[in-house]
Amino acid sequence: MQHFQVKIFVRPAGGVNLEPAIAVFHRWIRESALPELLIDVADYRHVPAGPGVMLVGHDSHYGLDERKNRLGLLYSRRTAMDGTVGDRLNSAIGAARRACELLTADPAFAGALRFDDGEFEIAVNDRALAPNTADGYLALEAEVKPVLDAMWGAGSYDLRSVGAPRELLTVSAIRR
Amino acid sequence: MKASNSLWKQRLAGRIAEPMAAELDVYENEILLKKQGKMEDKVFAETRLRRGAYGQRYDNGQRHDGVAARKLTFPQALTKGPGTEWDAPGMQRIKIPYGGMTAQQLEVMAELAEEYSDGIAHVTTRQDFQLHFVHIEDTPALMRRLAASGITTREACGNSIRNVTACHLSGVCRTQTFDVTPYAHALTYFLLGHPDCQSFGRKVKIAFSGCRGESCGLAMMHDIGAVAATREVDGKVERGFEFYVGGGLGTVPQQARLFDEFLPESELLPVSQSIARVFARLGEKKNRNTARLKFLVSKLGIAEFKRLVLEDRATLAHDPRWTAHLEDRDSRGEAPLKPSSFLQIEPVRAPGFDEWYKTNVYSQRQGGYSTVTVALPLGDITSDQLRALADISRAYVKDTVRTTVEQNLVLRWVSSGDLSALYADLSAAGLASPGAGCIADVVSCPGTDTCKLGISSSRGLSATLRERLAANQFSMDEAIRGLHIKVSGCFNSCGQHHASDLGFYGVSRNKGGYTVPHFQVVLGGQFENNAGAYGLAIGAVPSKRIPETVERITSRFLAERQADEKFQAWIKRIGKAACKSMIDDLTAVPAHDADPSFYVDWADAREYTIGDIGVGECAGEVVNPIDFQLTACEREAFEAQLALEAGDVSKAQRLAYESMLHGAGALLGQRLPVLSGDPDHVAGLFREQLVDTQLFSDPFAGAKFAHYFLEAHEKREAAASADRARQLIEEAQLFIEASHACYARMRAMPAVV
Repeated sequence: MQHFQVKIFVRPAGGVNLEPAIAVFHRWIRESALPELLIDVADYRHVPAGPGVMLVGHDSHYGLDERKNRLGLLYSRRTAMDGTVGDRLNSAIGAARRACELLTADPAFAGALRFDDGEFEIAVNDRALAPNTADGYLALEAEVKPVLDAMWGAGSYDLRSVGAPRELLTVSAIRR
Repeated sequence: MKASNSLWKQRLAGRIAEPMAAELDVYENEILLKKQGKMEDKVFAETRLRRGAYGQRYDNGQRHDGVAARKLTFPQALTKGPGTEWDAPGMQRIKIPYGGMTAQQLEVMAELAEEYSDGIAHVTTRQDFQLHFVHIEDTPALMRRLAASGITTREACGNSIRNVTACHLSGVCRTQTFDVTPYAHALTYFLLGHPDCQSFGRKVKIAFSGCRGESCGLAMMHDIGAVAATREVDGKVERGFEFYVGGGLGTVPQQARLFDEFLPESELLPVSQSIARVFARLGEKKNRNTARLKFLVSKLGIAEFKRLVLEDRATLAHDPRWTAHLEDRDSRGEAPLKPSSFLQIEPVRAPGFDEWYKTNVYSQRQGGYSTVTVALPLGDITSDQLRALADISRAYVKDTVRTTVEQNLVLRWVSSGDLSALYADLSAAGLASPGAGCIADVVSCPGTDTCKLGISSSRGLSATLRERLAANQFSMDEAIRGLHIKVSGCFNSCGQHHASDLGFYGVSRNKGGYTVPHFQVVLGGQFENNAGAYGLAIGAVPSKRIPETVERITSRFLAERQADEKFQAWIKRIGKAACKSMIDDLTAVPAHDADPSFYVDWADAREYTIGDIGVGECAGEVVNPIDFQLTACEREAFEAQLALEAGDVSKAQRLAYESMLHGAGALLGQRLPVLSGDPDHVAGLFREQLVDTQLFSDPFAGAKFAHYFLEAHEKREAAASADRARQLIEEAQLFIEASHACYARMRAMPAVV
């Protein structure tokens, strides 16, 4: 499996003005705030339940994403990665968390942006590698569990499949 | 790029129509060849452009971050065109002929937007879809997935016949003469990949309209515009077209000229073919600024242009495809899913329904049916929304939608009694914005968001205007609400600002050593009458003052209009001087220290610069057809190697021979106007024209390479063996190199006609 997406939700939901994200993401590009090639900022605030404000990169996109009407930081890996599937998952979760920390600490949001580190959505953005089927879910579950066990402790979270069959293979992980 | 790219070919085997599957294999091999350094930048650029794979802003590897221009260091030191980085994100344009799509195609678009782009599919002003931030190496898989659903990207860009557009109401329109859909369909697939359309100096855009008076088809601003017309002969009604040529926008907008008051339906395809042939033969090739068809028509005059076209038409050998579509033209129309019905009176409507009904619902010519416009903000739709719309189209309208030139989607054949339920379903998907086709439904090209040529942020401005105007659009006077706003990021007019009541296009101005984003204000263009008149440029206003400009102009129009006077008529009546004086004070730019916000564009945070403007690819690369042909020969030789590696020696042998045969044919095509593809004929002429004349002779090797081909031709029926195949491949590679050298020598000689 490749091309993991990780979404970490904003808490409390609602009432967050995304406009400062444009300046923040431009600054990240200018200051090379992330250890990867960042290219541009895309503003989709006009689209209902859309990608919000995105930081477009070569290896990954980051976004304050409003899909499904749930605001969160969405990390989306574009290029393939070496290593085991677990390595790739850890890398994706790590990148998403790092972006959340930077956003939370950014004075542009004046403390209004906080993320719930106890709930993730993890998706595989590649239908050929990971079809959204029962078998697909089992395969993803088998990869996700060891990572979450190490992160949160075995038995301390709920993992379930979310989304319709036409959507990307996605699991929701909520810490108890 | 995606790790799964190689899987799609196998997975979709047998699900892609054979010519398209082969075409995509060719493209994939061209990408491999380019990566191996075996294709020139210019040739590869045109080859990807002709498949809709376009460049995008910053693909030259440089971006201004508001402080300084910085290098974007992409991983691979490769290019995909002159000055275009291989790994830089690109745009994929997807042709949607006459805007027609099925639910299943919407679902595929949703998947592609999600997996290869940024989760957004964008509808353009020419009924295409575009996906942004796509990696070039993902494009073959992306195209295969489209092809498996019956969509091609072929000739979506480059110097080719672009998407054939048509009025989205055609077939259901109350004012139509007849449904132009079958004609748009037939012309699309007749000209797609047609040999007569492969050597233009620039692109050709074609549009159909079902009537003269409405705007939907925009026929007058196209290279070829066909407006449905009928005539009565001996009591019988004949179909045809009021046929126009040489229209266009861009820096030099031109209204199309009348080619024929009534072009019979049976002549539509052959005359279009001859127009293509005359354009390919006589159109400008070197100076792209004067290479569009409109310049050729102006240069020759419409009478002479028409004479040349009809003269060419008379020489065409009959092609049964010219009229094949006429046999079932009336059975190709869409049918409703449900019986007709009427909207029932309900005690309480859903909030927003009445406004939506007023602006987004059109009563069809067929009683009890409605066409519903799904107004997309700036033409953008998410993957989730595409899937929801696919479901909605299956539930209400038998599976089809159409894109519009106003960057929206329409559902046709909605049984009117279903409108309340449909509104509820669209609302749930975030697709029930009211105000379709009204002032808040601003049309915009991509501008500086993604376009290499963008000067100002057309989408940033459009989003701002949309938000502000939508807030009170239903308290506006109808004369204001019904106005159209169109925005282009530069003078190239992709936002079609000329054909709009209020049009804006991006420019820049200097103030105190700083560059300031501006928009030129264009007033009084006509969206109606198929874009029947273009607007008047009255002056440039700082970007940040455009909302105020709109407010001022519309307020004054409302105050001064006489009776039912239209906006265009008012602009004409008050004149350019008065228009200009209306905005004079708004042209002022405060000093940088006083208000730095003027020096930052909409939806951006960087200090404005024009340093990011790149070299556009709209014009494509002008490449002599022989460059393509010899490149194709190299690809065939490469494919022969692949076949040999796969153990298919007979295929390897055949491909190696054919690569030489095609190379010989390409060279002969430079000397002879007409060439049969018969191998014996080609080999005979090759010997006579190129070997006996010593034109093919290498200064050191003499006629050795020529004999590789002639011998391969004589022994082409010989039994296949791995050794023979290997030898032929090596000889083919040397023959192709010699062909390039021969072509270089031929270029130095006068052509033989």
